[in-house]
Amino acid sequence: MLYESSPVAIVIFAVFVLSVVGLSFYLGRKGQSAQGYYAAHGEIPWFVNGIAFAGDYLSAASFLGICGMIAFNGYDGFLYSIGFLAGWIVALFVIAEPIKALGKFTFADALDSRFNSRGIKLAVAISTLVVSIFYLIPQMVGAGDLIVPLLGLPHTAGVILVGVAVTMIVVTAGMVSTTWVQFIKGSLLVFFCGILVAMILNRGLSVGTGAAADLKPQVRTVTPDGRVLVDGRPQTEEHDLRPVGTLASLPARYAGKTATGPLRPLEYLSVLEDSTIVTWSSTKHTDQAGTHTTFTPVERKGSELLKPGGYFRGLTTGKLADRLDFASLMLALFCGTASLPHILIRYYTVKDAAAARKSTVVGIAAIGAFYVLTLYLGLGAMTSGALDPTSTNMAAPLLAKSFSTTLFAIISAIAFTTVLGTVSGLIMAGSGAVAHDLVENVLRIPMTDHEKVRCGKIAAVVLGIVAMALGILFRSFNVSFLVGWAFNIAASANLPSLVMLLFWPRTTKQGIVAAVTVGMLSSLAWILLSADTFEKVYGWSRDSSIVPFSQPGLVTIPLGFLVLVVVSLLTPPPTPVRRHG
Amino acid sequence: MAGEESRKSSRDDRGTSRIGLKLFWIYVLLYGGFIGLVLFRPDLLSQRPFGGVNLAIAYGMGLIAGAFLLAIVYMVACRTVERGGPPRG
Repeated sequence: MLYESSPVAIVIFAVFVLSVVGLSFYLGRKGQSAQGYYAAHGEIPWFVNGIAFAGDYLSAASFLGICGMIAFNGYDGFLYSIGFLAGWIVALFVIAEPIKALGKFTFADALDSRFNSRGIKLAVAISTLVVSIFYLIPQMVGAGDLIVPLLGLPHTAGVILVGVAVTMIVVTAGMVSTTWVQFIKGSLLVFFCGILVAMILNRGLSVGTGAAADLKPQVRTVTPDGRVLVDGRPQTEEHDLRPVGTLASLPARYAGKTATGPLRPLEYLSVLEDSTIVTWSSTKHTDQAGTHTTFTPVERKGSELLKPGGYFRGLTTGKLADRLDFASLMLALFCGTASLPHILIRYYTVKDAAAARKSTVVGIAAIGAFYVLTLYLGLGAMTSGALDPTSTNMAAPLLAKSFSTTLFAIISAIAFTTVLGTVSGLIMAGSGAVAHDLVENVLRIPMTDHEKVRCGKIAAVVLGIVAMALGILFRSFNVSFLVGWAFNIAASANLPSLVMLLFWPRTTKQGIVAAVTVGMLSSLAWILLSADTFEKVYGWSRDSSIVPFSQPGLVTIPLGFLVLVVVSLLTPPPTPVRRHG
Repeated sequence: MAGEESRKSSRDDRGTSRIGLKLFWIYVLLYGGFIGLVLFRPDLLSQRPFGGVNLAIAYGMGLIAGAFLLAIVYMVACRTVERGGPPRG
């Protein structure tokens, strides 16, 4: 669909984003030593750190991706919410306090705390960079998707805008500034999503009217010379795809009525389950005239949409490979959170293990509240009559637009700062991996404190440029798909080493190096050979894939544990080394 | 004095770690149960035993709320350990 940019929306967006960035610069003006740049001097209050966890963790995939998935496919997007939140149980009960005691600035510090091994630092630094890059791509793609309808600028402009803003945040004050951006973003995200859900419940449910109630199929064609046609005629603001997402009928108890009025939270779900909803399927084919995407309405009962199987179609086939694929994804989500370097480094910004624990509890509260809200946001968008059939990522902002342009601008600005917050954390993690782990500890190039900070800032600039380039290159990719990759790689490469280091004294440095390396390479290889990648990346047939299912976690996470145990037993036991401070 | 504080800190760490692991395994059972239903008994997830909301939504919301409740239990239990109460388990 084409979007008309609103001057009001642009002003609100600009004021919002500049205020957040400006405030973070002001609050982060102290962090110029290495301890300040990488770990915010360890002085971040636990409550602030807890909300910053939410701001760091709730990325474009959570806000835009899950809402969009629920809006178009029903319940299955909520499975991502459940899996993402469950991962924090591993973080709180297993990882949080021990890792605070182990490290200094980075995840590599933690794993190397007993060994002083360049091999560990090298393997873990590379793993950190790989995971960070895989996580960065969907954020940059999401930023571009937001800018197109809001500001009327091309996708590339959005990617460059977020890349420049984030690089400025990270370079000027590092972790202190990053923490405050994440704190502000986390607070705003949960607060305004709460407002939006309250408005959804107050509006209630109603049978579709207007353009969205027109149920004729729609065809979007991209011609070989790049023109876009809608139903055979050139796409213009007057002749465009119609918005979709309506209720076909309310439950029998509302006979004679077209609207329910305000509903309570559980009542909303119950009424929706008894209603009939118009969803839209799409099919694509290519001929000499171009690539044609046909959008067709499908009436479905609410009870069908509010149970698993709408997106994960394999759950209804009964095939073993499909079940293993789903189980593998849920395992990766459960294990991945506590393995993400940009989350783990947040534990070095608080003063002690008790603060690490309390901040994780606050994070769980904020993130859990948000994920409950995503179910209502997605279902609200599903019936808002405002969905763009070509873009699942725009479901949440367009839902807000169905209420008002002002709310649309605010939600879009918050979505943009959502990307800023997560990308800041990712670039900080990558910057630490390059400057602290690779340059200082692997290459052993001696640096003063000032030089360490400068090296980190240079690394941050380079990573920012790489992130922008990848965001432009992968612009057509599905956001949630790429984040799933990052979770699988993180869980396979990092979790076995982290858990075994904490709980098995026989763990050796060779075991850790082997586990990180094998976990990372095996999960990467599996992903590159999977049916999803064959279809969505290479454009080949899914049937020619050589692995039985697409999500590697079920195989590569246990493989990481096995490799660590076997290699550790085959190598000399570790000798005690003094821990880092 | 420093040695005594260090020993207390180590005891506290072991105590809180044991509590954490117990609560972790409780949640693993709950999460695993949910995944098992999705994989093998999806028909049960369509049932509506709780005020008109189906089990899929109720269980999912329960896992989210349960994570927070277990986190609070953990925080309270750890505070007890650190204030000199007997380590649990």
